[in-house]
Amino acid sequence: MGKVHVPKPSLPPPSNSIGAIAWAKKHLFSTPLNSVLTIIGMYLVVTMGYWTINWAFINADWVGDSREACTSSGACWVFVSARFNQFIYGFYPESEIWRVNLMFAIFTVLLLALVIEKTPKKPWIAAFTLVVFPIIAFFLLYGDAFGLERVETHKWGGLMLTLVLAVVGIVASLPIGVLLALGRRSNMPIIKNLCVVYIEFWRGVPLITVLFMASVMLPLFMHAGAETDKLIRAMIGIVLFQAAYMAEVVRGGLQAIPKGQFEAADALGLNYPKTMGLIILPQALKLMTPGIVNTFIALFKDTSLVLIIGLFDLLAIVQSALADPKWLGYSVEGYVFVAFMFWIFCFGMSKYSQHLEKKLNTGHR
Amino acid sequence: MQKDSNENPELKKTNLWNDANFRAMLFQVVAILAVFGFIGYIVNNALTNMEQRGIVTGFGFLTDQAGFGIVQTLIEYTETDSYGRTFIVGLLNTVLVSFLGIILATLLGFLIGVGRLSSNWLISKLSSLYIEIFRNIPLLLQIFFWYFAVLRALPPPKQSFDLGAGAFLNIRGFFLPKPIFEDGFSWVIGAIILAIAAVIYLVKSNKRRQLDTGIYKPVLLPSLAILFIIPALVFFVVGQPLSWDYPALRGFNFQGGLSIIPELMALLVALTIYTAAFIAEVVRSGIEAVSDGQSEAADALGLSNGQRLRLIVIPQALRVIIPPLTNQYLNLTKNSSLATAIGYPDLVSVFSGTTLNQTGQAIEIIFMTMGVYLTLSLLTSSLMNWYNRRVALVER
Amino acid sequence: MTRNKSLVSAAIVSLAIGSTAAQADTLENVTKKGYVQCGVSTGLPGFSNPDEKGNWTGIDVDVCRGVAAAVLGDASKVKYIPLNAKERFTALQSGEIDLLSRNTTWTLSRDASLGMNFSGVTYYDGQGFLINKGLGVKSATELDGASICIQAGTTTELNVSDYFRLKGMKFEPIVFDTSDQTVKGFEAGRCDVLTSDQSQLYALRIKLAEPEKAMVLPEVISKEPLGPSVRQGDDKWFSIVKWTLFAMINAEELGVSSANVDKMKTSDNPSIKRLLGTEGGLGANLGVSDDWAYKIVKQVGNYGEVFDRNVGENSPLKISRGLNALWSDGGLMYAPPAR
Repeated sequence: MGKVHVPKPSLPPPSNSIGAIAWAKKHLFSTPLNSVLTIIGMYLVVTMGYWTINWAFINADWVGDSREACTSSGACWVFVSARFNQFIYGFYPESEIWRVNLMFAIFTVLLLALVIEKTPKKPWIAAFTLVVFPIIAFFLLYGDAFGLERVETHKWGGLMLTLVLAVVGIVASLPIGVLLALGRRSNMPIIKNLCVVYIEFWRGVPLITVLFMASVMLPLFMHAGAETDKLIRAMIGIVLFQAAYMAEVVRGGLQAIPKGQFEAADALGLNYPKTMGLIILPQALKLMTPGIVNTFIALFKDTSLVLIIGLFDLLAIVQSALADPKWLGYSVEGYVFVAFMFWIFCFGMSKYSQHLEKKLNTGHR
Repeated sequence: MQKDSNENPELKKTNLWNDANFRAMLFQVVAILAVFGFIGYIVNNALTNMEQRGIVTGFGFLTDQAGFGIVQTLIEYTETDSYGRTFIVGLLNTVLVSFLGIILATLLGFLIGVGRLSSNWLISKLSSLYIEIFRNIPLLLQIFFWYFAVLRALPPPKQSFDLGAGAFLNIRGFFLPKPIFEDGFSWVIGAIILAIAAVIYLVKSNKRRQLDTGIYKPVLLPSLAILFIIPALVFFVVGQPLSWDYPALRGFNFQGGLSIIPELMALLVALTIYTAAFIAEVVRSGIEAVSDGQSEAADALGLSNGQRLRLIVIPQALRVIIPPLTNQYLNLTKNSSLATAIGYPDLVSVFSGTTLNQTGQAIEIIFMTMGVYLTLSLLTSSLMNWYNRRVALVER
Repeated sequence: MTRNKSLVSAAIVSLAIGSTAAQADTLENVTKKGYVQCGVSTGLPGFSNPDEKGNWTGIDVDVCRGVAAAVLGDASKVKYIPLNAKERFTALQSGEIDLLSRNTTWTLSRDASLGMNFSGVTYYDGQGFLINKGLGVKSATELDGASICIQAGTTTELNVSDYFRLKGMKFEPIVFDTSDQTVKGFEAGRCDVLTSDQSQLYALRIKLAEPEKAMVLPEVISKEPLGPSVRQGDDKWFSIVKWTLFAMINAEELGVSSANVDKMKTSDNPSIKRLLGTEGGLGANLGVSDDWAYKIVKQVGNYGEVFDRNVGENSPLKISRGLNALWSDGGLMYAPPAR
């Protein structure tokens, strides 16, 4: 029996190449320059983080209903909590707020159903969200039917108005955007040029001039006596503007469809509407989802501009609350609150769009 | 199908609807009619409405006396000037804030974008924190924040921060000494031009030598030396033809010097920070788009780190970066119109604001304003398209 | 081709139909809608200001309510459209509002080229300056070089330029969109002086955190007759708005108030009888019911009541009647007789 060679267990790696120290060495202190940057960065993080946490949480006042409740040195969140209802619902009558909540609830359920991957019959839910839901939402919010009391649009405000503007803007501009994009890719020179002019015009001007036009000039363009609501006019402006951006997103989606798909549809003898409706658009729309979500984020932020034409969206209503003599001097709290609300929505959506992009990428390459 | 109908005259009549050419024609005619009909309808309505209500139309108002003051004017302007002049003043203010914003946002954006890709974990995380925070908050809110919350915390004129060297900061703005160029300063400008020409020559001849002989000599230090020494020499020889106008506290506020109003500061800071977040993402994706193989090949050729970046990575990344960067520049220009919310006298604030209100001619004024932005954006995009074509990959 | 031709002609026909814009009849419109659309300010205590629940009060608001009472018989049938100074004229021109009642100064150019008709004066005002007491300035002539906060798109913007030019002084205009922002700018010290109509200065002053630290300078640099206005080209509506205001002034002169109007209905005074519509049938010619003035006074009050309630003795502003007293008391308020 020969001696069986039993290798000794290998030595552990040197202590400076594993664990936290090695990680820090590799990722934080690899070169002198990096070390300096790390130290500066750490200093910034620690001081600013410390200050922020102190201001926003530790030294902050949370409960109460007037400025007398704010006694400590930190943030006065009482300002926000005292007016919270107004920030969310605007001047919507208190007894009717359940309608807004119901609308939000339905919307959340629909969105969840669309976002969760395994939901059955997704296309139907999508169609419901795009076509039926807006009608339900309109009657819930505006009322004047089914025994619901009418709530004039000038009482709408706050986060609710921001959401309404953004959702209407995106839902209504999608079909127009699809038409414009198809027109821009069309072989008919006149149609193509008309679409190009439309798209480039709206993309070239700032939203604020569009809103101003919609708010004060639109009625001059209409039949004398035809009357529209200020909110509706702002929406028209937003939709006209947004459709141009949407058209570019749709065009991007259409361009990503391989030529073979068009040729295959031709080979099957499908006509143009069928080619588009059955073959191209279903595929393109899927590809476009991240782009649509991204334009939605942009639009969501842009809705804050309606404050310049006198609508009370989330930002405007907080801004006007800041002028209340009872609450002077809490502008930072107000702005931080609005920023946080916008940020939550936008950040959530951008993460979702990135997730979609990743998913679609693996499928196609 | 189309061929069939052409060859068979009997089919032509019955199948007219199936003729693709005819259908295309028809659609286009209908589209044109609809569009022009719609425009005609709108114009007609507007004209009748205005006539009925006795609203003055036309561009005659542009020569009328404006009669109101503007806080910041880049050209000579007094209350007795015309409304047309307010248009120019507003336009120049818009151009100023856009121009400064584009430069600052590009610098900050490149810095953050590169930081995002840094091998330093902390820097990369901080950069992405910056991007995620500022990209997702509405610009208007950021402008309000800087103007109403931050700049309002500055002290009144009598307790200004003295920043040294004659610069002061208070709630009325940022006050700097203003250079006054005396006679003979043109010599210095001439010297600067000469120095630039010399540097260009140096770099070019160096490159030629490198191509011919392969010997590479560093040019950075000599170039800098030329750029500084020649103008400095001339400056002293002609007797320092430059003096400073220092701001001084007189009456209510600092007078003299160069003042930057807080509205401009707030707008500029907000535009820069917001747009830089987007530019950083553009830069990151541009650099990431250059495949690793390119860097590896550069290493294999023995290029230094700097050469690899300068000669291999950046030129290729720029190709990807330029188009979205153009878009960001355009966005910044359009976003500068939010100035009206804090009273910075830009085009929208002065012309579509005060002038519109004093004259009441909404249609003319809004269309002129839109026209300006449209022209600016078409100009920028055609300029960038031209550049894009120049740097585009020449496929062989 | 025939198909094309018929399309072309169809398009032309539709264009022609579209172009026959209907003559604007505001009264008919308002009666059909059931409410008056009234342009007011975005918030100015005493003139038009929403409270926390969104209810509007103020002199300008009471004019709107008066018109609603006269036309619809119910002073609450008003839809308030808050407008900033910048958008008010376009809103009126474009028909978004039936009546602009937003502390707006009556000027020649507004009458002549903006397509509007001022229907009277609700408040005789003049432009003044609000200043921090700490600056030690006692007169507007000491304001050379000052930064001045102004609300965009107002006559004050022009007046202040004129004033400083006349006096050979310089100033730095800081222009804001809304009066709220103007006050905030003044309060934060962005400007030394806030300029506006004097009544507004008193109203804005009580919005400050420490009103006692600010004062209004004695100089009045302009005439600012404020009043409601309507679109040109609708004389009937113009008359109704005009006479709503006159009815309120006449009621005060005749001693008719919301408290005693029911009793006054049986008065023997023929002027009161005509005003309240128990005699004469004057309302019908105006296009409203005969007891239109009764409704105004009953639901809104006479001019004196409106003034006291909103800006005068019974309000936080405590502005004295001054120029706005009745002509019989030495003021400028004078209404043509209702007969």
